[in-house]
Amino acid sequence: MSNRMINLLVPAIAVILGLLVGAIVMLVSGYDPVAGYIALWQGIFGDSYAIGETIRQITPYILAGLAVAFAFRTGLFNIGVEGQLIVGWFAAVYVGAAFDLPKVIHLPLSILAGAAAGALWAFLPGLLKAKMKIHEVIVTIMMNYIALHVVNALIKTWSGGGDKTDRILESASLRSEFLSSLTDYSRLHYGILVALLMVVVMWFILEKTTTGFELKAVGFNEHASEYAGMKIGKNIILSMVISGAFAGLAGAMEGLGTFGNMYTRGGFTGIGFDGIAVALLGANTPLGVIFGAVLFGSLKYGALNMPNAAQIPEEVVQIVIALVIFFVACGYAIRLFLTKISKKKEAK
Amino acid sequence: MEYVIEMLNIRKEFGNFVANDNITLQLRKGEIHALLGENGAGKSTLMNVLFGLYQPEGGEIRVRGKKVDITDPNVANELGIGMVHQHFMLVENFTVTENIILGNEPTKNGSVNISSAAKKVAELSKQYGLNVDPNAKIEDISVGMQQRAEILKTLYRGADILIFDEPTASLTPQEISELIGIMKKLIAEGKSIILITHKLQEIMDVSDRVTVIRKGKGIGTVETSETDPEQLASMMVGRQVTFKTEKGPADPKEEVLKIEGLTVEDSRGVPKVKGLNLSIRKGEIVGIAGIDGNGQSELIEAITGLRKSKSGNILINGKDITNRKPREITNSGIGHIPQDRHKHGLVLDFPIGHNIGLQTYFRPPYSKGGIINYTAIDKKAEEIIAQYDVRTQGPHEPARALSGGNQQKAIIGREVERDPDLLIAALPTRGLDVGAIEFIHRRLIEQRDSGKAVLLVSFELDEVMNVSDRIAVIYDGSIIDTVLPSETDEQELGLLMAGHSREAAARQAEEGVNNHVE
Repeated sequence: MSNRMINLLVPAIAVILGLLVGAIVMLVSGYDPVAGYIALWQGIFGDSYAIGETIRQITPYILAGLAVAFAFRTGLFNIGVEGQLIVGWFAAVYVGAAFDLPKVIHLPLSILAGAAAGALWAFLPGLLKAKMKIHEVIVTIMMNYIALHVVNALIKTWSGGGDKTDRILESASLRSEFLSSLTDYSRLHYGILVALLMVVVMWFILEKTTTGFELKAVGFNEHASEYAGMKIGKNIILSMVISGAFAGLAGAMEGLGTFGNMYTRGGFTGIGFDGIAVALLGANTPLGVIFGAVLFGSLKYGALNMPNAAQIPEEVVQIVIALVIFFVACGYAIRLFLTKISKKKEAK
Repeated sequence: MEYVIEMLNIRKEFGNFVANDNITLQLRKGEIHALLGENGAGKSTLMNVLFGLYQPEGGEIRVRGKKVDITDPNVANELGIGMVHQHFMLVENFTVTENIILGNEPTKNGSVNISSAAKKVAELSKQYGLNVDPNAKIEDISVGMQQRAEILKTLYRGADILIFDEPTASLTPQEISELIGIMKKLIAEGKSIILITHKLQEIMDVSDRVTVIRKGKGIGTVETSETDPEQLASMMVGRQVTFKTEKGPADPKEEVLKIEGLTVEDSRGVPKVKGLNLSIRKGEIVGIAGIDGNGQSELIEAITGLRKSKSGNILINGKDITNRKPREITNSGIGHIPQDRHKHGLVLDFPIGHNIGLQTYFRPPYSKGGIINYTAIDKKAEEIIAQYDVRTQGPHEPARALSGGNQQKAIIGREVERDPDLLIAALPTRGLDVGAIEFIHRRLIEQRDSGKAVLLVSFELDEVMNVSDRIAVIYDGSIIDTVLPSETDEQELGLLMAGHSREAAARQAEEGVNNHVE
């Protein structure tokens, strides 16, 4: 079996295995797996509206995945994508609602505000790591809670005790009549283009610039990088800032595209944490992140249809989705299995 | 002739790779049998088979004439086979006795009975003349003493066949001669020894017979008395090897490096370099001889900007570079072959081509306006790979996949190609085999001949003696003497390195004092 064949087979087998085990779970729980999967399929690809909503859902996953992957490629664990996303969301909505500017200025400015807020939120853990060797995992986790509650408080203050911000002005919106009408009036917006552009940006920084060369070198071996004259602290901070900017953009997409405002939250969005899995599924490469985000986004969105169309309770649906992702993450074991089989065949 | 161990036609495969191809090694009772081979020749694999860590695919092992199946290290222990590892397996803050009984503690009413063990250790130490204090903590005793603790550990467990894995790698010349005495004493007491090494002089000094392996194949076994280092070397590498690298007299010109009153502290704030002065001129190789830990690492880190110095000045071509950033220092004309090539020299997960570009990627033609040109980097890397005989599949192969010698050649190529005025080579041949050592020494001398200054730091006395034009002896953070290789010998150097003055060294040599006290 050629390597290429195996590369194609592994994800396919993983998804099938996940669906099979998921089917068993549904059967055991007394539900009809066939109906369940038809509902899932319909939820993702059933009509143009579903497709539009699925793509919309994929958008923040791509950006959150890029944020985690970028930090990871440079030797850092950014567990704070969730918090950076929340501050990015708020900052984008604030700029989008508080100023009145022509669209060519207002929209980019609002997007940049989101990116800048995320970058700033990641700058602090980067600085602490660079200057005092404080582990970024601890700081970023704690920064998530700070982000959540600070933003909630800001929303309350801004709205005079309410639970949501003002709506952004039309001039700051990513909404697209064109995309929306194309997909039966779904909430699909231009954010997907921003996300895909960022995939290219990440690839470009890592593979085409001296900055990327330094970031990767520092991530792999600080000592050798220092020996080669690179500034370790600068690179750690820069890596966190770029990662945080991607995360902030994910929030901006939600604020300027999907929702148009921001509500106070009882808990996290979950997108930032799912970004960790997206990045790992995609082997931390820019293209891989798209694959991971498509898988996550479509399953998450499509699953919403399962309770309605097949009367499968939310909890069981969650288990089924988790199983599919679990098996994809186990791709390594499947690969090992396939290699063994093909070796045995060769021996014969 | 009675054999205590016979390893007959041992074959060990890892997938498609044959690490041991029908190797035979027979150890006579009461002999020191050297096992000689280059790095990666299969010495460790063969010993791991004997120690039960690997199961051979073919061949048989006989211990005292009886065919045995050594399925794990416990079986080896029961058969009386003990291993003195190259990297000591000792717990630093335990005493010698505690380390020896570790995993096998004698108990009395449920608690560990240290005192009876300590008594037994003391007896063994006396019997074999090891002179080890059973109650000393490992962290407080010298490397030589730690090694003796390792030897005691095998003896305590009843070993009468001892395997020494590269035992002299980290010892001073005096400790080496003491170790040789200990090995002879062990033989006199009825033990048998397998000595793994790639140092030829040691084999000539101590062994009775030598088995040579090359690329996994047994080349043969010879009587030490009937061979010489040249023959052994050619058996080991498969071609003629020159030991003493040919070089003409040095022609030193203007001063390149000047160090005045340099003081450097280690990470714990302990001064390691204390008011050191040193000067190196163009066209000469200055060797720093000294025992590990006398400030060599800190000195080099201070010169290359990896560590801040407390006081003093470092000048390159008259320009003060004290406490400047590493990039500025390398750009002022310093090339640096670092002591630890895995830690400082290479990004192991990068392709070897990227690694060769590690010191030049930031300037044209390798990058322009922040955009990197990997094509240009790889092209240069290919040139260096060809010119410095780096055996690799190409610039895209990960640095990790290369052997130590080839990694080192790539680093040397990278540093020399930058055309530095001063080339610092720290332990450039550590862990390498004779072929690679020869290559590297030749390159260093070439640099000198082309008018560069070379600073060589080494723990290997023969390397310092062979390659340097001047030898600066470092002891406790300062240069205590400078000698010419033609006017000194290993004995005198060894004593200088231990902190004796030249007069005291001469006196000791005259009195024929061999048992130098630490």
